Amino acid sequence: MADIATTKPQASEAAPPGRVSGAAWRILERLLSLAILLLVIEGGIRGFDVPAYVFPTPSSIAVALYEGVVNGNYLSALAVTLTEILVGFTIGSTCGILLGIAMVQVPVLDRIVYPYVVGLQTVPKVAIAPLMIVWFGFGISSKIFIVALTCLFPSLINTIAGLRAVDSDRIALITAMCGTRTQLLRYVQLPNALPYIMAGLNTGIVLAVIGAIVGEFVGAKTGIGVLILQANFGLDLASMFAALVLIAVTGVVLNLVLRLIETKLCFWSGKATK
Amino acid sequence: MTPASPARLKSSHALEVSAVGLTYRTSSGSVEALRDITLDVAEGEFVTVVGPSGCGKSSLLKLILGLERATRGRLAVGGREIAGPSRGVGAVFQAPVLLPWRTIEENVLLPADVMKLDRPSATERARALLQMAGLGGFEQKYPYELSGGMQHRAAIVRALVHDPKLLIMDEPFAALDAITREQMAGELQRVWMDSRKTVMFITHSISEAVFLSDRIAVMSPRPGRIVAVFDNPAPRPRTFADLLSPELARLSAEIRQSLDLACAA
Ligand SMILES: Nc1ncnc2c1ncn2[C@@H]1O[C@H](COP(=O)(O)OP(=O)(O)OP(=O)(O)O)[C@@H](O)[C@H]1O
Ligand SMILES: [Mg+2]
Repeated sequence: MADIATTKPQASEAAPPGRVSGAAWRILERLLSLAILLLVIEGGIRGFDVPAYVFPTPSSIAVALYEGVVNGNYLSALAVTLTEILVGFTIGSTCGILLGIAMVQVPVLDRIVYPYVVGLQTVPKVAIAPLMIVWFGFGISSKIFIVALTCLFPSLINTIAGLRAVDSDRIALITAMCGTRTQLLRYVQLPNALPYIMAGLNTGIVLAVIGAIVGEFVGAKTGIGVLILQANFGLDLASMFAALVLIAVTGVVLNLVLRLIETKLCFWSGKATK
Repeated sequence: MTPASPARLKSSHALEVSAVGLTYRTSSGSVEALRDITLDVAEGEFVTVVGPSGCGKSSLLKLILGLERATRGRLAVGGREIAGPSRGVGAVFQAPVLLPWRTIEENVLLPADVMKLDRPSATERARALLQMAGLGGFEQKYPYELSGGMQHRAAIVRALVHDPKLLIMDEPFAALDAITREQMAGELQRVWMDSRKTVMFITHSISEAVFLSDRIAVMSPRPGRIVAVFDNPAPRPRTFADLLSPELARLSAEIRQSLDLACAA
């Protein structure tokens, strides 16, 4: 049988000399458009004489950001918030995944637990945040709890969907090999659910950032949320926006990291196999 | 690896299907898929079932694989009644059903993992089988890096890796183009002649059936019954050109006629 070895295109995508390569160009594209946007805003605010307490100029935000970072305020606050996000996210997502597996494996559990989970998700986290402060105090643990609660749902829902979305042929394959339900879970359902779970984690990490800030608004000693509140009280809009920029960048970076992990783990996802 | 001889066909039956009926019960009423099927397959024999779409061929295989229970009658593999999936049976489905997150070698070793067989010796066997199937050098590739025909060959290797006595194949080449199909049938003949497994094969193609089989059973439309069984004593190895010989051409014509009759009834 003529087996044609698959050949990879030999660096055909490398940029010709003297030209910017694709990836570098895409980054440049984004930076350029951002710079233009900021310039337009800056010009608009200065041109129309908008007062600083209504909307700060991008340059004043940049200055506030720079000062906050240099004097260490922002970084220590960010460290606290980031800890809340990461620990809460890990706990919440792990619980979501494990609970999802349990609910798919044990139908009774699904029927009993599911309404409570949906009910819990329906409750706005802001509404129960004060209670969490009462239970766990002003320290980091109350925020971790809120973040974990926020992340639980997306990872749970996606785990369940992924485990259930298994092709009947694949089930027949394992069953015909005398496979047990646990083996079906291990060899087929869990790998199959991986892209779904990663999507749930991607949603979860963004919600985790929001959860941490909401928790800090309700009661905290330090953190980016506290910085935002303080700047708000002082009508220091430049500092407030600087803190917002910091938290938005955090969210984008965390999401990016997860997406990189996703492409590594789910390399096969979307590739056609029959 | 016993050579083919008429005496071998007299030995104990590898597969016995006696008076089997299957009725599916669904929310919208019951569907009688199979009625009074009787078919015995001897050790080392290659038997093919042909029949119109929806006549219950896959259902019959599901019964043999232990994935479905018969409503009536009795099925036995190697003299033992079928009560559920068995390690002595290997299955090839219409689609290759390779897991995209496993390499070809890992896919082929899936039965060894599930049945907890000794991994080193299973790996050795898998590599030898892959080599034989023309997939040497593709062990570490992922299924999506292989052509459709290669994926099917990998699926056949997977069905053979735990050395089952009985191989069940449900239209394994139906999705392939005509040229690849004939090539695959040729390779299957070679593998079968090497291993002398008992094979139960299903196809829509009469030429494929005649090329591969010792016996061909023709089924009627639903409820599926066996209306005729044809012997094909032509010597092996066969080629597709052999199908043009007077005997095999006549056999093909008879099978077609019997199929047409069954469908018209
Ligand atoms: N799980 C099921 N529940 C209810 N009815 C079923 C089920 N599986 C198959 N059937 C019915 O049984 C009949 C036979 O189906 P089967 O898949 O065995 O046919 P087939 O001969 O393999 O057809 P094809 O050649 O198209 O693959 C069909 O009418 C089908 O609708
Ligand atoms: Mg079928």
